[in-house]
Amino acid sequence: MSDYLISEAGLGASVGEVVPQSAQFDSLLLDSGETLQPVTIAYETYGRLNEERTNAILILHALSGDAHAAGYHGGEDKPGWWETMIGPGKGFDTDRYLVVCSNVIGGCKGSTGPNSINPATGREYGMSFPVVTVGDMVRAQKLLIDHLGIERLLCVSGGSMGGMQALQWAVAYPEVVASCIPIAATPKHSPMQIAFNEVGRLAIMSDPNWNNGDYYHGPAPDSGLAVARMIGHITYLSDESMRAKFGRRLQDKTAFGYDFSMDFEVESYLRHQGEVFTRRFDANTYLYVTKALDYFDLSGGHGPLEETFRDLPADMRFLVIAFSSDWLYPPYQSKDIVRALKGNGLDCSYLEMRSSYGHDAFLLENKDLTRMVWHFLATTARKRGLRFE
Amino acid sequence: MSEPVEPVEEALRPDYEFIVDTVPEGARVLDLGCGEGTLLKMLVDRKNVRGTGIEIVEERVYEAVEKGLTVHHGDFYEALAYYPDGAFDYVVLSQTLQQAHDTVSVIVESLRVGRFLVASFPNFAYWRPRLHLLLTGRAPVTRALPYQWYDTPNIHSLSIKDFRVFTREQAIGIVRHFYLTRGGRVRLWPNLRAAHGVFVVEKMGGLTAERAVE
Repeated sequence: MSDYLISEAGLGASVGEVVPQSAQFDSLLLDSGETLQPVTIAYETYGRLNEERTNAILILHALSGDAHAAGYHGGEDKPGWWETMIGPGKGFDTDRYLVVCSNVIGGCKGSTGPNSINPATGREYGMSFPVVTVGDMVRAQKLLIDHLGIERLLCVSGGSMGGMQALQWAVAYPEVVASCIPIAATPKHSPMQIAFNEVGRLAIMSDPNWNNGDYYHGPAPDSGLAVARMIGHITYLSDESMRAKFGRRLQDKTAFGYDFSMDFEVESYLRHQGEVFTRRFDANTYLYVTKALDYFDLSGGHGPLEETFRDLPADMRFLVIAFSSDWLYPPYQSKDIVRALKGNGLDCSYLEMRSSYGHDAFLLENKDLTRMVWHFLATTARKRGLRFE
Repeated sequence: MSEPVEPVEEALRPDYEFIVDTVPEGARVLDLGCGEGTLLKMLVDRKNVRGTGIEIVEERVYEAVEKGLTVHHGDFYEALAYYPDGAFDYVVLSQTLQQAHDTVSVIVESLRVGRFLVASFPNFAYWRPRLHLLLTGRAPVTRALPYQWYDTPNIHSLSIKDFRVFTREQAIGIVRHFYLTRGGRVRLWPNLRAAHGVFVVEKMGGLTAERAVE
């Protein structure tokens, strides 16, 4: 997810000031067989739950996201990561729906993760934190949804890793989910996606400050994390968007330096992105969450994806969205989802949006995305008998 | 993905009413080249069908989704392969057949995923284009065929008679047919007097002989 591309001008109405919340749970059994206890989940909500409790939407975040999806924290001027899509009259219309977003477990923004204190030792978990999966993230979110008294979700949606969680929700809790909007997602991580993640992880683990994950009381592996972020960032853009944004322009120079200091604008930009990221993100979380992504295979590694969707209810609706220039999560992966859904006769719309912004396109202000999500939800709500004033 | 083509104007879609009449209540319908979803919406509203559209032009897909329809954005040669045998009761090719690159495979695939195929197309042997060609010596431009030779999306020029011959050759049975002109139904000399042909066909299974509904 890139920060620069988000246009904060003209975002329209906002949910305004929001207050981060959290909920505590005794324990969570993980796919690895280990148990995480206790579990804290940080979350935010926007909009209001209706009397029938039928208008809740769960938003799932991507690798570097968090529970702060919309609005502003007190005293801050930077909105949540999906401010473009969540708010009054926006795609996820908070005049109509209650929108919930939580930080994934393994995260570093309030939910239990490697930088949390392990009550057994009184120290940060570090690498003793158990490996988590996308399935575990979703199981934790289910605890939260139950805690909030929500029995049905009108929709689950997110981009990238958020889209994978949305798919996982549909498969894990078909009786809860009425509709699913996976955006720029995949039914399983490809070798190329795993390869990029592995390079990022090795950058972190090669940083002497990483110290086997035990760095919370000393210097952090910032240079490793920055390099990981730079690699990731490149994969979120596209050749076209980088040419348009940077060209071959030089940074603060009129001629080549003939040395290995920075020459090009794109170098400066990437270093800046890497550096900024280290201020807001934990290196161990980067390891854990990329590992969860790499393990992700909706079919659980058993047989065709079509089997995975076999027991989904016929009235579950899908809107699968891909972006034409996304080479990290290419449209073919979304089409694999679509093919398997259609093979089961499920109600699935597919959109391949023309965009030059690569994987990051889902985070940008996009009138068509807004419009499609708004109408898809309106249709879903109508089919589920929801009424709005 | 092929280049977008101009939508055929609503006024030039006299086949819609006949298709809506033909498709039974509650049927599962796939509309190939559904455009902005006008026909599919009519079918959903009036016949309560479980409808899906396939459309390649992005903006038209958006309009169809806005109508509350289920639409697949993409090429229908590719998308047809996503569906299992018999996934639909009716597959609709409304004014699309003459624009399909591989006509035979579209029809074969349509009759694999659907029990019936409804195909409507402009009749190139209608008297107006015939007369236009005869008198002006230029490729016909008429209300039903409103394009110039250089911008037409119609890559096949077929007549009602051509389609009938084709169905015989391909062992496809005609279940119903309608011949239309601006004035309404045409019964006599349709290949000369009808601007559009609408056929409901199915795979020859021995059960169906031609049984035109009059």
